[in-house]
Order: sequence, then structure tokens, then C-alpha cells
Amino acid sequence: MDLPALANCVTSLSCIVTQSTSGLIIGMLLFLVAAGVSLIFGVLKVINFAHGSFYMLGAYLVLTVYGLSDSFLLAVIAAALGVAVFGLLFERLIISRVYGSQVLMQLLVCYGVILILDDLVKIIWGPEFKSLGMPAAFQKPPYLLGGGVVPVYYLFLILLTLLIAVALGLAITRTRLGKIVRAVAINPGMVSALGINTGYVYAGVFMLGGLLAGLAGALAAPVRSIVSGMGLSVVVESFIVTVIGGMGSVAGALVGSLLIGLVRSFGTIGFPLFTEGLMFLLMAVVLVLKPSGLFGREG
Amino acid sequence: MSKRCDAKRRDHRLNRRELLSGAVAAAVAGFPFVSRAQMKPIRIGMPTIQSGRAAMVGASSRNGCSMEIEKFNAAGGLGGRMVELVARDTKGKPEEAARLSRELVNSDGCEILFDAESSAGAFAIHEVAKDLGVLVMHMNSETSSLTADPKLRIPNAFRAARQGIHDSIAAGSYAGKIAKAKGLKKWLSCSPDYAYGRDSTQLFLEYLKHFQPDVEVVGEAWPKLYQPDYTDALTKILQIKPQAMYSCLWGGDLTAFIDQSAIYNLFAQMEVFTINVADYTILTAVKNLPKGIHSGNRYLSTFPKTEANAKWAAEYRAKFNEFPINWSWENATGAKFVLEGLKKAGSTEAKKLSDAIRGMKIESPFGADGTLTMRAEDQTLVNYATGWGQTIPTEPFMPEVTPVDWQVIYELETAWKKKNNYI
Repeated sequence: MDLPALANCVTSLSCIVTQSTSGLIIGMLLFLVAAGVSLIFGVLKVINFAHGSFYMLGAYLVLTVYGLSDSFLLAVIAAALGVAVFGLLFERLIISRVYGSQVLMQLLVCYGVILILDDLVKIIWGPEFKSLGMPAAFQKPPYLLGGGVVPVYYLFLILLTLLIAVALGLAITRTRLGKIVRAVAINPGMVSALGINTGYVYAGVFMLGGLLAGLAGALAAPVRSIVSGMGLSVVVESFIVTVIGGMGSVAGALVGSLLIGLVRSFGTIGFPLFTEGLMFLLMAVVLVLKPSGLFGREG
Repeated sequence: MSKRCDAKRRDHRLNRRELLSGAVAAAVAGFPFVSRAQMKPIRIGMPTIQSGRAAMVGASSRNGCSMEIEKFNAAGGLGGRMVELVARDTKGKPEEAARLSRELVNSDGCEILFDAESSAGAFAIHEVAKDLGVLVMHMNSETSSLTADPKLRIPNAFRAARQGIHDSIAAGSYAGKIAKAKGLKKWLSCSPDYAYGRDSTQLFLEYLKHFQPDVEVVGEAWPKLYQPDYTDALTKILQIKPQAMYSCLWGGDLTAFIDQSAIYNLFAQMEVFTINVADYTILTAVKNLPKGIHSGNRYLSTFPKTEANAKWAAEYRAKFNEFPINWSWENATGAKFVLEGLKKAGSTEAKKLSDAIRGMKIESPFGADGTLTMRAEDQTLVNYATGWGQTIPTEPFMPEVTPVDWQVIYELETAWKKKNNYI
């Protein structure tokens, strides 16, 4: 424990700027993955344990397309869309068979897919870890804001994911499609009785989850080592986020992710040997005070 | 009529010749166990990691061994007996490594073991070799106690890999010189939080202080092994503002760390010392390798700067279509010691083979002076080329390498052994 260091940090503008942007970065990438997990659970009542593999696929796809096209923008879009398509196939061919089944069955199916995908990426891309490298457009020295250090790429990531969060929130709350999705989450039977094909909604939500996770993987690729099994680290944290934020709530996923990000970045200063533990402590506190999560529905 | 008779007689003589050669063939075939024993291959079992995050260990280990074995077999093997490598996937699990080692010896007819597992597996395989009495050559384990600790020592176990204690002394000696020259007083460590990370960091700092006492450790970061995001550690490091940083992160973790550090412009703000950069897995994976990172060589085709080393690397690259890495040269070395031992002993019997290998000196492109020695008293490799230098982003990646003085290593290693009651 190093409370004096933590106290020093929160009284120093440069430290606050650096650690806050660091927290935002951790949080925003986590949000993209957690939002998908949360939505899928909220609408389909399925805990998609294979979500980390969507993230991994996004990273591998961006690597390939960037290598072929030399355009990071094209590569990110291609990766996100590619994983969206994969999400659709995953839902239609595999997950739809275990709707309404026990959690254990869903876990088994997802775990099987994780194992297959982990081996498939090794067969296709090779077993050694890969590195994308920072695209030339972002190879600039970091900005100095209030004495704090903010890398250019991270600023871009924070702004982009904030935009996506806002767009997602608006889409869910202000559009007809969003209304249908929310309705299916509350009462799929009634929605079906009203003549809306709930199968399409389920598939669509999985595609959206895949798109977000694939996008997260693609955007994280320049600052990650791309290797088989990289999805596991992300999926555990995204589950913590959904528990804290509330299953089925995108706003909850955003708040939860930001909380986790800030806890990690400030926590590593004050509690360097207990940073991981702090996240779980936060989750435990939320579970005790509000078991359904900060923005979750009761019951 | 006489011509016909002559012809008949000639036929008869030919037929007799055929009969005789047929009889000899029958005699040879009639002693099947003699010819089978002469031609029976020498099977060498190799438990190694062929899947998961460390799959590269298995691939590079097999490649390094197979190059030596092919040369040995092409030269006639051991009196006609060819060496056959039998590799099995331990999946990086020590219990699997132990099980497979036993199976290789008991069921698959292997007379020798090449342990190409990592340190955790090596200790398990060591116990099996002790139990079964077969010769084992530890190819990859860098944990010094495997050979330094007399309680673990058995006459039929050898190590052909570099060692943690040697590397730490080499690192401390180089870093101490640089620290003195550049006035680097404030140091920070950022290493993975498990046994290897903790031990390596502690030893490095100990030897740094030995060579340059005027240093202070102003901070530590301990990211988890395989942690994908180092942002929190990096921002903490930038807050503390050390003059120099030590890290023993490796593999995919190291590339991610370098990529993430670069965007914070960390390398311009402090001198960075990492043990594990100068290996082609990292050097070719990192897309924008910063200039000026200090690192010790794991394997470089340009150090030693000899024709023999360059030739070996070129041969390896041509054969396997990838750069040789640390495990490649270590396995080539271990295989060579065993094969030379086979020639010297004329037998695969563990005691004869061990006696032949113990204390052996061989010519090698990886030796500090063109030779490598399997030191007799602790049955481990010494005099391998080890040195430090600074990186550049393109080949040869580390143009100038300062070799470390092995006399300094021997001296401090002896002191370390005494301190740990190994001698």
C-alpha cells in the first residue's frame, strides 16, 4: 500500500490528467466489449462466454487487412464487419440451439467455440504472437495536457469510443429499432405476437455485439500483442463490468467500465500489489449494496 | 556337343555361385537379431511444448536438434545406427512432461531424453531421469538451481542452456558500467509478477549494485504474466521519472510493452535495460523497434561475429524459413554434446555416455571463443557467447555487442554458490 503516493497524485494536476486518461483508455476499450456482453444478456438472456473470441478475431482480422491494404481505417471497418458476420453465424448455427437451456449448457457450448477458435487462429496465422505496430498517422509524440502525458492514439480512441457509446445509447432509446430491442428484452412473446420476427432481433443483437467486440479488438491491436487466447483476459473483466453496471444496460456498461478503468489507474499508484483485487472488491461492494448492478433492473 | 557341355558346365558354376550367395544370404537372414541390432535406430525422446502460448519453444527446439541429428546420420550415425528424434507435446504442463518422459523411455524404446520443456517441466523430467537412470540433456531451463544445487545433481543429467545467474551477472556488469558512465542513479523495475520475474529482477539489482553501488531503486511495477494492458504501470513509471528502467518481460508481453511504451515516448525519457529483447522473435515482431534499448543477446547471427555463426544461422533460416532463436542454439548445442558423447563412448548406456560428456569441450559457433564446455563439477554449459548492446530498428538490430568477461562471471558465480550453500 502506498497511500502517500496516491495522495501526491490526486493533488497534482499532471498526475490527475495522466492517470485519468489512462483510466479512460482502459475503460473505453473495455466498454466496447462489455456493451456487447450486456446487450446479449439483456435481450437474449444468454451469457456469451465466447465474447472474448470475437475480440480476438477482430485483432487478427485487422492485422491481415492492414497488411494487405496499408489502410488502418479500411482494416478496422473490415474487421468490425467481419466479426459482425461471424456473430451472426455463431448465433444462427450454434447459440440459437441453446436458448432457454441451463447456463451450464451455454457455458459448455461457448467454451467449445473458444477452444476451436483458439486453435483455428494458430492454424491460420501461426502460433507465435503478432504485432500490428502503430499506424503511421498516430506515430506522433504524446500531447502534454496540464503537465500530464496523453498519447495521440489514446486520445483518438477515447473520442471515438465516446462517440460510439453516445450513438449506441441514442439508437437504443430514440429509434424504433431500439424500442423493439428493448421490448424483446422485456417480453419477447408479446413482441412476437405483434408480428415482429424475434429471431431477426436476436440475430441482429448478436451481430451488434460481434461488431462492437470486433471493433474493440481492431482498435486495441496497435497496442496489444496478438496471440491465440488473448480473448480470455478481456472477457473476465467485461463480466465484472456487466455485473457492476447491471446486466442488459449499456449505460451501466459505460459507467462500470469507466469505474474499473479509474480504479485500476489510480489503484496501481496507491495499491501496486492489490490492483486486481481492487476490481473484485468494487464488484463485491456493488453486489452487496445493489445486487442487480448500478443500472440493472430489479428481479 | 562339347560347346553345349561347356555351356552347361558354365551354367552349373554360375548356379553354384548363386547357390553360395543364396546360402550366405540365408545365413545372414538366419541371424536376424544381429542385423536388427546393428540397424536399430537410437531413439531419443523429446518432451517439449508444442501448443499454447509457448508453442515456439517446441518448434525451435526440434529444429535446433534435427539439424545436428541429420548431420550425424548423414555421416553414418553410430556404427550404422541412425538417431531418431521422438518429440511429444507436454502442453507446458509438468505432470504431462513427467508422464510423457516415462512413456518415451518405457514404451517407446527411447534410450536418451532431450528435455526441451521450460523450467517447470524440466524439474519434473529431471526426477524421471533420476528414477529411470537414462541420460537427460536439459535444453531450455535457465533456472540455475537445476544444476547448481548439489541436492538435485545426478550423474546422468546435463544442461545445455544459458543460466539465470550467468545472465544476471552479465547484465549487472554491463548496466553498472553504463550507470557509472551516464550517472544513472535512479532505477525502476517493471517485471512480470511470478517466480522468474521476481528472481531475475532481484538478482539483476543485486549485481547492478555490486558493480555500481551508487544506485537507488525508486519504484517497482509488477504487471501480471500475460497482462495485455500496461497503461497503469506505464503511467506510474512516468510519474516516478526514473533515469533507468529494468525489465525481464518476454515474448508477447515484451512486444506489447514496447509498443505501449513507445506511444508514451518512454524510451526518450529514460534508459531501458531488458534482458529479452535481443532475440529474433521480438526483433522481428515489434514493428517500430525503438533505437537504443539496452539488451543482452539471446541469439544473434551477428554475435559472435564469426563466419561459423553466420553460416549456421543462414543454414537454419534456409531450412526452416524462420530466424533461429535462443532455444534453437541451445538445442543444437545439447544435441551436439550428446552426439559427440555417443561417438566417444561408442554406446548409449547412460553411465558411459555421461562419463564421455562430463567435462567435454566442443567446437561451436556459439562459444565465446569458438568453443563450449560442459563443466564437469556441475554438468552445465559455460563459455557461451554472452554480451550486451543497444538496439537499432533494422537488421542487424544490435550492431555492437560488448562481450562479457567469463572470468568475472566465474568469480561471482562461485560467490553466489557459496552464499546459497551449494558449495
